[in-house]
Amino acid sequence: MDAESLLLSLELASGSGQGLSPDRRASLLTSLLLVKRDYRYDRVLFWGRILGIVADYYIAQGLSEDQLAPRKTLYSLNCTDWSLLPPATEEMVAQIAMVKGRFMGDPSHEYEHTELQKVNEGDKVFEEEVVVQVKEETRLVSIIDQIDKAVAIIPRGALFKTPFGPTNVNRTFEGLSLSEAKKLSSYFHFREAVDLKNKTLLEKADLDPSLDFMDSLEHDIPKGPGTGLRLVRERPQCAGE
Amino acid sequence: MGDSPPNPEAPSQQQSSSRRSSQVSERQRSREPSQSQAAFPDEGQQVLLGQQRGSRGSRLSQDFRASQINLRWSQGGNLPEDENLPMYQAEEGGMGGMEYQPMSAGFPMEFQTQTYLDESGTQAGEQATSLMQQLQRLQQGQGGFFQQLESPAYPGANVLGQFSMYQRDDPQFMQNIEHGPYLRDDPALQFSPSELGFMNFGTEMPEPEPRELAVQNAKAYLLQTSINCDLSLYEHLVNLLTKILNQRPEDPLSILETLNRTTQWEWFHPKMDTLRDDPEMQPTYEIAEKQKALFSRSGGGEGEQEMEEEVVETAVPNIMETAFYFEQAGVGLSSVESFRIFLALKQLVEQQPIHTCRFWGKILGLKRSYLVAEVEFREGEEEAEEEEVEELMEAGEVVEAHGEEEGEEDEEKAVDVVPKPTWKPPPVIPKEESRTGANKYLYFVCNEPGRPWTRLPHVTPAQIVHARKIKKFFTGHLDAPVISYPPFPGNEANYLRAQIARISAATHISPLGFYQFGEEEGDEEEEGGAGRDSFEENPDFEGIPVLEMVDSMANWVHHMQHILPQGRCTWVNPLQKSEEEEELGEEEEKADEGMEEVEQEVGPPLLTPLSEDAEIMHLSPWTTRLSCSLCPQYSVAVVRSNLWPGAYTYASGKKFENIYIGWGHKYSPDNFNPALPAPIQQEYPSGPEITEMSDPTVEEEQALKAAQEQALAAAEEEEEDEEEDEDEDLED
Repeated sequence: MDAESLLLSLELASGSGQGLSPDRRASLLTSLLLVKRDYRYDRVLFWGRILGIVADYYIAQGLSEDQLAPRKTLYSLNCTDWSLLPPATEEMVAQIAMVKGRFMGDPSHEYEHTELQKVNEGDKVFEEEVVVQVKEETRLVSIIDQIDKAVAIIPRGALFKTPFGPTNVNRTFEGLSLSEAKKLSSYFHFREAVDLKNKTLLEKADLDPSLDFMDSLEHDIPKGPGTGLRLVRERPQCAGE
Repeated sequence: MGDSPPNPEAPSQQQSSSRRSSQVSERQRSREPSQSQAAFPDEGQQVLLGQQRGSRGSRLSQDFRASQINLRWSQGGNLPEDENLPMYQAEEGGMGGMEYQPMSAGFPMEFQTQTYLDESGTQAGEQATSLMQQLQRLQQGQGGFFQQLESPAYPGANVLGQFSMYQRDDPQFMQNIEHGPYLRDDPALQFSPSELGFMNFGTEMPEPEPRELAVQNAKAYLLQTSINCDLSLYEHLVNLLTKILNQRPEDPLSILETLNRTTQWEWFHPKMDTLRDDPEMQPTYEIAEKQKALFSRSGGGEGEQEMEEEVVETAVPNIMETAFYFEQAGVGLSSVESFRIFLALKQLVEQQPIHTCRFWGKILGLKRSYLVAEVEFREGEEEAEEEEVEELMEAGEVVEAHGEEEGEEDEEKAVDVVPKPTWKPPPVIPKEESRTGANKYLYFVCNEPGRPWTRLPHVTPAQIVHARKIKKFFTGHLDAPVISYPPFPGNEANYLRAQIARISAATHISPLGFYQFGEEEGDEEEEGGAGRDSFEENPDFEGIPVLEMVDSMANWVHHMQHILPQGRCTWVNPLQKSEEEEELGEEEEKADEGMEEVEQEVGPPLLTPLSEDAEIMHLSPWTTRLSCSLCPQYSVAVVRSNLWPGAYTYASGKKFENIYIGWGHKYSPDNFNPALPAPIQQEYPSGPEITEMSDPTVEEEQALKAAQEQALAAAEEEEEDEEEDEDEDLED
């Protein structure tokens, strides 16, 4: 949610039961503005909240001028002080594959699990049980990255690409019409395109290169009644699952 | 020089175009650098009139304007950098604007003329008057031009014709446009200022053809249609300017891009008369109508005053207060939705005979969600409906029993008895009575406030047992089948009810001391040691301080009975014979007695504190928070369940409430793996009489035959020997 339209977006997204208390909302509004000033971001988005046992993480993301550039992620425990998180790497994703259970709420908490690793000692190769420790911060970073890659969504027409390269916000975007809003093809994944090159030439001919430069949701698996759009409320407003 | 305030620019541009007849010469002549032009923007308007004097200032200002415009348009990239051509282009852009100026700025112009007259000498004054006449003529000409300008807003208009009309009507005006965009030396330069008043360039215009050619070229370029569509830049600009002139927005320059896009869009989406309603909007209107019905008070407006005097206690809870507290905790639906839920509950209370009612929560589904209300009927009301349901079920069972008996008889008559399967279905555990155990409350669901409430059936232990094994999302339709393995006995309504029962039993908690047990009732032994199952509110309850509630889990207790693995809250021995079971074949019953005895299942008794709850992966199953750490004295204690994500409870002073908003699934650290199908059953016991044996091979048969022959032969020899012996005996 854009920091500027935070209150409205929170109200619209309240159907799922998760919300923010008034004190959190107030502190978010103030602190996100300060984050925008200090880090010189073009836009600051409130990404969401990850629940933990001891404390909850509130996550925000900052975007630069180019909307598709890798976003900077910040976290806070009290919606007032924000700290920058390191960017996600594949190694991190591999590390946290073994970690299960809930987040603790303490960024320096370490998860331990034992792994069988092959250790070379001289000529012998044998397996040894090694206790691997993973920090919760790493887990946080990779979870946010995975969630973003899977479910961050943008409606078609909100961003457009110029021939010079950078992707900009479309100031004349007024929203999707009701019929467009019901279709899965009007929504894109908010990340670099992965499947676009695999499209046939016929499909590509219908695309508008300035608007259709990201993967659409149509071809995501699982399909069918498992994924769907619902029209929520009397105002045409779609909740995607 | 780059940044100049637009305001002096625009009128000066317009005035410059109208002054073109007089400016032409100066413009051509003035080649001074533009360094001092920045000083002149404010004086631009007034200095305009001084141009005929050939004053340096005027020239500078003109050049300033021209170069400004030059700069602006040269950024477009594909125009030759000449101040005349840019002026021409600006003409296109300012075509409508030109009209702007005489109508709205007529006054200032005259005003400026006055000042000019005051300032200048007589010669200038004469020129000024001639200039004014010229200007008025231009105005009239422009007026006509403006009318023509409006026509090209419609597609297919004769743009060329309009343009040519424009040419014809105002030839002198035409002269004022860039003559010879590609020529730097203009014959008009040679005219002296005094001759400019003449306004008759017809015979003296040198080389009309290159000028016209240039104009035609430029026009042709603009009329080029775009690759994707039939719209040309010229038509588009005409449309855009017409729109601006018609609507006269404030500060059109800042919304130029928006207007641009809108005009383009309108071209391709023409608004035709709609003779029929737009069908797209109907679903939203329907929902709104249904919700409007919620807002109408029952009983009409006549009895309103009387009703308000007797404030009857309704069973509807104070949803708004609950919603407020949950909002402090960061949970819950928006206040608008909460209010609608309140109205929907009010509607439910009016329709059904309800004693107490509570908003249980919201279960999200794929297509639609469920709003769940937990109600208790008044005494006696509920049983009527229950009996009907039970009769239906009993009738079904009796029919089945008859069917089985007949089947058995048929089988016995057959000669070859088909081996009977040894599998016996496990005995059906009877469901709990209403108002007890898991069926203590009745649940009504609806999809949205405004839609009718549907009652959910009571839950059976079998359904609870199966619900523990599967994990399916709710679709939002109560009659949808639940396709799973192991197969769920029922449809989505039953599955929903089972999940509601599990969630209630696991997560409904209250502060310690809020409820207490009633007076000790009869023997506990009768109930099989399950403990008391009824409680009442404690009138002496004083709230526990919020900080203590947050610190210790012992301050909270469960007030719903735990559901045993059997699927009920009170244990029932499944091997006990009931009347119905005795009607079935008694032979099978005897076989059952040999089965192992079932242990009695015991669960934690009612009102056990949360500190006794089992842990998940070494973590507490509950998380507590203060709603606001910045003001602990006014905050609310919030408890969140880690086992059922979505279950929240708040407590503040003497008030508390539970709610569930979520998908209806339990938390598991591992991903859900559906159960594998059972191994294939043995069809029949294998014994020697039906075990296949391999046929003897040829060698074996021959060997057997040979052995038999040998035995025969041996037997015959013996007989012959005996006969010979006998014969010998006889012969002797």
